[in-house]
Amino acid sequence: MVEAKALVKRFGDFEAVRGIDLHVRRGEAFGFLGPNGAGKSSTMRMIACVSPRSDGELSVLGLDPDREGPRVRARLGFVPQQDNLDTELTVRQNLQVYGRYFGLSRAHVREKAHELMEFAQLTERADDEVEPLSGGMKRRLTIARSLVNDPELLLLDEPTTGLDPQARHLLWDRLFRLKSAGVTLIVTTHYMDEAEQLCDRLVVMDDGRVVAEGSPSELITRYSTREVLELRFAPGEQEGAVASVSDLGERVEVLPDRVLLYTPTGEAALERVHDRGVRPLSSLVRRSTLEDVFLRLTGRSLVD
Amino acid sequence: MTVVSSGRVVGSWRAAWLRVEGHWAWYRRYWTSNLYSSGLQPLMYLLAMGIGFGSQVEPGPATGGLSYVHYVAPALLVAGAVQYAVGESTFPVLSGFKWQKDFIAVTATPVTPGQVLGGQLIWVSMRLLLSGVVYALIAWAFGAWLNAGAALVVLVGALTGVACAAPLMAIAATTYDEGTRFTSIFRFIVMPMLLFAGTFFPIEQIPVAIRWLAWVSPLWHGNELARGVTLGGLDLVPALGHLAFLLALFAAGGLVARHYFYRRLVV
Repeated sequence: MVEAKALVKRFGDFEAVRGIDLHVRRGEAFGFLGPNGAGKSSTMRMIACVSPRSDGELSVLGLDPDREGPRVRARLGFVPQQDNLDTELTVRQNLQVYGRYFGLSRAHVREKAHELMEFAQLTERADDEVEPLSGGMKRRLTIARSLVNDPELLLLDEPTTGLDPQARHLLWDRLFRLKSAGVTLIVTTHYMDEAEQLCDRLVVMDDGRVVAEGSPSELITRYSTREVLELRFAPGEQEGAVASVSDLGERVEVLPDRVLLYTPTGEAALERVHDRGVRPLSSLVRRSTLEDVFLRLTGRSLVD
Repeated sequence: MTVVSSGRVVGSWRAAWLRVEGHWAWYRRYWTSNLYSSGLQPLMYLLAMGIGFGSQVEPGPATGGLSYVHYVAPALLVAGAVQYAVGESTFPVLSGFKWQKDFIAVTATPVTPGQVLGGQLIWVSMRLLLSGVVYALIAWAFGAWLNAGAALVVLVGALTGVACAAPLMAIAATTYDEGTRFTSIFRFIVMPMLLFAGTFFPIEQIPVAIRWLAWVSPLWHGNELARGVTLGGLDLVPALGHLAFLLALFAAGGLVARHYFYRRLVV
């Protein structure tokens, strides 16, 4: 579906994407994980054929975006980071008017709008103006709108940023349905749980480069331990405590508010912490997540 | 399972027309709030200047021996069209890039920036024609027209308006702030043009040293054409000259606008 080699995006002197290779297969859910400014959106916009590449090779749906932009765009759906709905039109009109740009007949878009409003749970608001809708509703409408041409490839740039947990789960459910219907998904996110939930395969991006690639579980196995022991200390006590427990994990991350010990067995490590007379305020044993992978690869947490 | 998209690329004119359809969907919801600027404003000018103020003006050589309302009615249509076109091609176009972002949304479909611009120009032209017709009909009820040349005045008004709209859309496409420069354009270009480019009095009253300001203003060319087609007294060669000026402004403005639409939307 998407092939990129040494793909580069420059804005003046600034290099947002610094030579990345990608290979996205038909039917999979592919993720870009990384902090703000990692180059995820720039990459997405190049794939969506709304932003020309500065260098390297790119093929989307087997076509060259530079020469065949409109033909590619006819077959894909793009959910940009910021909603750009026509807020002065109704929910229904947004879908119908947009669908027409894909060369669809009036009867077709009327039918399609109906179907998509059901899908996005917006039927009750069909003839309401978009402006007063909640953030979650607007996001669902943007996603519904991106589906108006039955895209083969759906690009979602931070689909759930700024949504409450309920709205996020509803969106994830909808994306799962699309995936099982055979739509190829490409998602950018800076939420680890989103990436773990949605993506078959993902790349971790940092500073315009791909720093790791694989399935969420592969990445965790490769770059982290099975479990993590989190320790919180009273203010001022953390520094001293780190010195006495740092050899208990395969790796230690010292964050401003807590210490992470990477170990195959968290409970055993916690026992040894207690044996050494170290008394954290609280402790937590958990499975490794993509956040840990990211921390390992970049030395920073994702939500900076 | 293989998904086959139903989307396809449409031809350029068709794409521009689909934009007009999109604007129409909006217009149907909001047409009442546009009545003032489209039809009523020029009409109030006609009542105040043509009929009210005009009652104090003796027909003379400057008005071609005509009553003032007949002299001013065609020019008011053109002036109204220019004002309207300026309004439609500044803030609403900037909004397409910056606030409402509909240009950005639409260029993620097979529709291109050039087609977005085309749709915008067609849409403005259509609204200019519509408001011109509304004005012409009401002015007719007030006896402001001498003959059926009024129908051509509507076309002249739309052409003059869209000739102003094209370069202004180019300016809107290069505006990144809140559009403060538009206010300057209204104050220092549009207003003086409305007052001094031969709408209310012949430009021969303006000192020769600054008369060229009227000559380079699209409104003056439109006014000359509009009076020519309904009041007569305009020879073919100057008429073609005025027409050529307006068409050239439209073409040049359109090309520059196209360039900047691409530059703004393809980044």
